[in-house]
Amino acid sequence: MAISFMLNGAAVEHDGDPAMPLLWFVRDRQGLTGSKFGCGVAMCGACTMHLDGTPMRTCVTPVSAVAGKSVTTIEGLSSPAGRAVQEAWRELDVVQCGYCQSGQIMSATALLEQNSNPLDEDIDAAMQGNLCRCATYHRIRAAIHLAATRLTG
Amino acid sequence: MSISSLLSASAPTTTRRTFIKVTTLAGAGFLVGCGDSSSVEPAATAGPAAAPAAEPVAFNAFVKIGADNKVTVIVKHLDKGQGVTTGLPTIVAEELDAAWSQMAWEFAPADTARYANLALGLQGTGGSSSISNSWMQYRQAAAAARAMLVQAAAERFGVAADSITVADGILREPGGRSATFGELAEAAGAVTPPAEPALKDPTSFKLIGTHVPRLDSVAKTDGTALYTIDVTRPGMLTAVVAHAPKFGAKVASFDASRARAVPGVVDVVQIPTGVAVLAEGFWPALKGREALAVTWDESGAEKRGTAELIEQYTALAGTPGLVAHNDGDAVGALAGAAKRIDADFVFPYLAHASMEPMNCVVELKPGECEIWTGSQFQTFDQTTAAQIAGVAPEQVKINTLFAGGSFGRRAVPDSDYIAEAVTIAKAIDGRAPVKLQWSREDDMRAGKYRPLHFHRVSGGIDANGDIVAWSQRVVGQSIVKGTALESFLVREGIDASSVEGAGTPYAIPNLRVEVHHPDVGVPVLWWRSVGHTHTAFATEVFLDELAAAAGKDPVEQRRALLKDHPRHLGVLNLAAEKAGWGTPLPAGRGRGIAVHESFGSFVAEVAEVTVGSDGTFSVDRVVCAVDCGIAVNPDVVRAQMEGGIGYGLSAALREEITLADGAVEQSNFTDYMPLRISDMPVVEVHVVPSTAPPSGVGEPGLPPLAPAVANAIRAVTGKPIRRLPLGERMPV
Repeated sequence: MAISFMLNGAAVEHDGDPAMPLLWFVRDRQGLTGSKFGCGVAMCGACTMHLDGTPMRTCVTPVSAVAGKSVTTIEGLSSPAGRAVQEAWRELDVVQCGYCQSGQIMSATALLEQNSNPLDEDIDAAMQGNLCRCATYHRIRAAIHLAATRLTG
Repeated sequence: MSISSLLSASAPTTTRRTFIKVTTLAGAGFLVGCGDSSSVEPAATAGPAAAPAAEPVAFNAFVKIGADNKVTVIVKHLDKGQGVTTGLPTIVAEELDAAWSQMAWEFAPADTARYANLALGLQGTGGSSSISNSWMQYRQAAAAARAMLVQAAAERFGVAADSITVADGILREPGGRSATFGELAEAAGAVTPPAEPALKDPTSFKLIGTHVPRLDSVAKTDGTALYTIDVTRPGMLTAVVAHAPKFGAKVASFDASRARAVPGVVDVVQIPTGVAVLAEGFWPALKGREALAVTWDESGAEKRGTAELIEQYTALAGTPGLVAHNDGDAVGALAGAAKRIDADFVFPYLAHASMEPMNCVVELKPGECEIWTGSQFQTFDQTTAAQIAGVAPEQVKINTLFAGGSFGRRAVPDSDYIAEAVTIAKAIDGRAPVKLQWSREDDMRAGKYRPLHFHRVSGGIDANGDIVAWSQRVVGQSIVKGTALESFLVREGIDASSVEGAGTPYAIPNLRVEVHHPDVGVPVLWWRSVGHTHTAFATEVFLDELAAAAGKDPVEQRRALLKDHPRHLGVLNLAAEKAGWGTPLPAGRGRGIAVHESFGSFVAEVAEVTVGSDGTFSVDRVVCAVDCGIAVNPDVVRAQMEGGIGYGLSAALREEITLADGAVEQSNFTDYMPLRISDMPVVEVHVVPSTAPPSGVGEPGLPPLAPAVANAIRAVTGKPIRRLPLGERMPV
């Protein structure tokens, strides 16, 4: 039986292997490639999407686990927090190679949606699962603070 | 001249208004940057449509201007984060007197004759040379285009060329008439280019040295930036390869019956590097590989483990090696020294572990081979692909895409993963386009590591505490031996990249550096800053040990030994000053300093650490001073220093590839554990003002980091650190 769920606000169906990770369904079947593959074992965060607003490592999440739920990818990011994060990232030129940044932005957005004024420790805790080999980490911290200021100011 | 890995320079922040203008434009630049983006079928259908403009006018190999007033810079280098898609447009915009908001870019095709790296003599990106080798070439190309625009304006307005002024992309004549670049592009393109266009005096630079926003920030924050992993072609199959468990092992036999039964698996083929499973997407390909049964012939495999290799290297270090450097009589001076210190240093194999595992898309047609990948050595990649595909090199079209990191991994003399992709496409007779995608485990275990190195260093000081002798033996595999680059980079048996940065530039009267290059069957490659990754550590840590033995302050010691090296001194003094060197610290905290020249740039770093009573430690703050000549985009220079510090700290803390009976023990980020955000110290970067030509920034931030941290820890514990990685705990 086909698995159906909402992807960026639109209904989608998957009738193949229910164990296929959501990441590959979204990338290879839906053609949304903003979410990246980095490790396949939930250790790098490049694949992070939102499941009903909560950040989720989709490289280990079977499609069957999201049946009936709502999934948001970087392509569908449109919340005020998401926009503020993207703008802060651009203002501070956080990116280097950019490959991990969709996942970073999804994790940062979820943080700000839960905590409008995070401290450095909160940021480190929320972003600990997102690797960046270019080590853009301290710009990520600064950009999250900037986005928080914009959202609350 | 050493070829090596990484990054270089570029960009910054601005007002909201210009930011929006620029980012809009940057989106267009990105689409152009993807080449024929429609044929690549990128991901989603989202994203702005490219403006249907008339074909832009090519002024030369590097600058195009459209009737829409857009200036497109042809970027001959791969971008893997270093910001070259901003840096080269900055140089062009400066000499053109263009407005930043009209700048766009695209990656150059593979064409060595036009797009060679002038520092390397081939088309490729490495040695932190993106900006330095392009500096005069792109200035001249832009200045020539500007002169052509001026001439066209003079003719249109009927005035003398020298009465035309140019600013923000607009040409004006004294009477007040004006024209945009776009309005004059067609006429200007027909003007004979000047043989020697006048370049600006650097004192009149308006963009270079200022903060302009990166042209890739929007695409890299909304998911539209196109990497190899994102490419789709009609009918494309995804290939996952079962590789040998040990380097040098071969397929003996395999049974693909279960693999072929996996839904979505289309074919299974044997290739020289293993067995490839081709499927409709990555997931079925991976499942297919899991269902494969492969028997390996390990008779020719490397079977030594790490401990055995270190033991053999240690023994080698006790024997004379090839002499790489010899001033005075180090052996005699050591014998006569008042005090002597001996130290052995060990540095592990390191994986690049870029976030995007290696990958390549290939499409074969009769007499044609088209490739999409983050190509870092286009010349080699084109040649290798041509040989495998059975076509001429010029029949290989390479579409260079953003690379999700590289740190040297994509600059491969034998084009390993590209060759593998073309081989698979050939093995299925080109009947479908093929995307080869390595898993993280493949990437971690495929080799091309920073080589394991062992250093034996002996130093002698006289009764005044002055260093009178320094002898250093370096043992490690040559990176280029056996590659197409060997004849260029190995001299009298010595691979200069193994000893670059050892012992120098300190004023030591008797200095001897020797090297051994053992043969080991583990593939090795340049890794961000190459030999400097270990030579700077051994040199800067041992120098501190000698200073401590002589009761000297590490900064004072270096000042005395560097008095004829003003640029070293400049960064040393700046970093020390900004870090508050010499001011008291609470108990358990310490500072360490290191200074090192690499890729033409000079960097000093001061690390501040806290060591707990249980030996756990943290790196709290790093103050960096860099002299890289003219900083084209100071904020990108800062970003590259931050990145070099983070990448260097990552390796220093925990990274290590180890072998058990020849098999790599690590597999993923579960056991090869890079720096995470909570490990990242506060970083301050100070850029030294300079009028010297630009030099590297992608790599030079890395070498001083690990020795500065080690020196800081020793300042607290009193115990020298001679082995990396540091691990979680220091002896106390």
